[in-house]
Amino acid sequence: MKYLLLKHYRGGPTPTVDFPPLDQWEPAAVDAHIQYMRDFAARLEETGERVDEQALSPEGTFVRYDGEGRPPVTDGPFAETKDLIAGWMVIDVESWDRALELAGELSAAPGPDGKPIYEWLELRPFLTGPPTVTE
Amino acid sequence: MSEVPLRELVPAVIGVLVRRGADFASAEDAVQEALIRALAVWPDDPPRDPKAWLVTVAWRRFVDAARAEASRRGRELAVDAEPPAGPVPAADDTLRLYFLCAHPILPAASAVALTLRAVGGLTTRQIAAAYLVPEATMAQRISRAKRKLAELPLDQPGELSTVLRVLYLVFNEGYGGDVDLAAEAIRLARQLVALTDDPPAAGPGHQAAGPDPEATGLLALMLLHHARRATRTGPGGRLVPLAEQDRTRWDTELIAEGVRLLQAALARDQLGEYQAQAAIAALHADARSTAETDWVQIVEWYDELVRLTGSPVVRLNRAVAVGQADGPYAGLAALAGVRPDLPRYAAVTAYLNEQAGDLERAADLYAEAARVAGSVLERDHLTREAARVRERLRFRGTP
Repeated sequence: MKYLLLKHYRGGPTPTVDFPPLDQWEPAAVDAHIQYMRDFAARLEETGERVDEQALSPEGTFVRYDGEGRPPVTDGPFAETKDLIAGWMVIDVESWDRALELAGELSAAPGPDGKPIYEWLELRPFLTGPPTVTE
Repeated sequence: MSEVPLRELVPAVIGVLVRRGADFASAEDAVQEALIRALAVWPDDPPRDPKAWLVTVAWRRFVDAARAEASRRGRELAVDAEPPAGPVPAADDTLRLYFLCAHPILPAASAVALTLRAVGGLTTRQIAAAYLVPEATMAQRISRAKRKLAELPLDQPGELSTVLRVLYLVFNEGYGGDVDLAAEAIRLARQLVALTDDPPAAGPGHQAAGPDPEATGLLALMLLHHARRATRTGPGGRLVPLAEQDRTRWDTELIAEGVRLLQAALARDQLGEYQAQAAIAALHADARSTAETDWVQIVEWYDELVRLTGSPVVRLNRAVAVGQADGPYAGLAALAGVRPDLPRYAAVTAYLNEQAGDLERAADLYAEAARVAGSVLERDHLTREAARVRERLRFRGTP
């Protein structure tokens, strides 16, 4: 079963621990935080549960179709958009409980003071292909 | 030599290496490497004796790997000798391989991967593509599974029920990349049925009168569902429910074979869940439409399935059959005691409510069912159902 672990720059429940953006941390704390993510991904590969991880720039824009023969319209970026996705991780695990366990582990990445940041992560199951036998 | 006959040799070649003294994990790795080499070399330079070629190349790989390992550990290991293959029958080895790869100590996804590699002869890359994970992840999953098996005491050979479960999972996954998992599951189930036919392991006094009934039941179940494959999806890949499938396009040969296998299995009088499921599939296969389907008998088979498995999903499916046999109110009544948090619970109640004429409730339930659907095709189908019922509501009263 595949699950998406979604990291947000903004949005989600109120943070449990308030901490400044990563660029204001001590360099060693930044390194420790990034290393934690790398180790986590490496461990997932070792357990045969890693599928993918990607980080997203906070920059970007909304785009839409604007009629035949016209260029697409862009809008934004919106400074106040309440939800902003920072990146994701995709895992392939045996159960929902295992997905929760891993999300909890990732959420414990060290913060500016070296202690867990208690970051809220969004956990979403993938939709799959339909099973063959249903009756 | 095309790919499937080549892959058919894999379990036997692993068996030869194990008989020559290699451990399962190393033998399996060596054969996988030989297989990848064969896929690269054979198209231009086919061997005269494919099996002997694979044994030679795999054994050489095994010896090289063992030497490297020995020198890494700084000690000598005598692996040069090639003891002749023993008199052990190869069929028994392959059956043991099925049991090992689907051993109950393995997580389901690992058992599936290992079975597809060591018994099915697929490459790690193909398995990874079929299950949409990176090759490195799949390789780790397989090597972890083998490490786990290495810790097994010898007196725990595994059990047939988990082998059947693994093949059922592979079949239910359907298509996956360039590998047809359903067809592969059928091939492996066929081989398993042949292997369980009077197994030597059964010992003296065992009255084997044919292959294992549940293995046969599972194969029948797969064939009966595979027969409908072409009709299960419509234009654009949309899901076509059983009631709307073009039954003239069902594969009658597969159905005939499935029914024949099922009858042989049932005659052994050792009913199990796969035989009961196959019996339900056979009753559907036998009918020209849902109206002509023997729903009363289908409900009876569901009763057997409830007795055999106690599964809540079976109770849910039984309610649909009861709805067909005795009317939608009976179907809704049959839902009493079924947990509402089951996948498809909302879809089933939506259907029964529509049959009962409560369109408002049916539309809302279809929409809810779409929200909680586990697959894209089901979600899209249920969304269309909700839209269809809402349209019926709008036009209700107009002639």
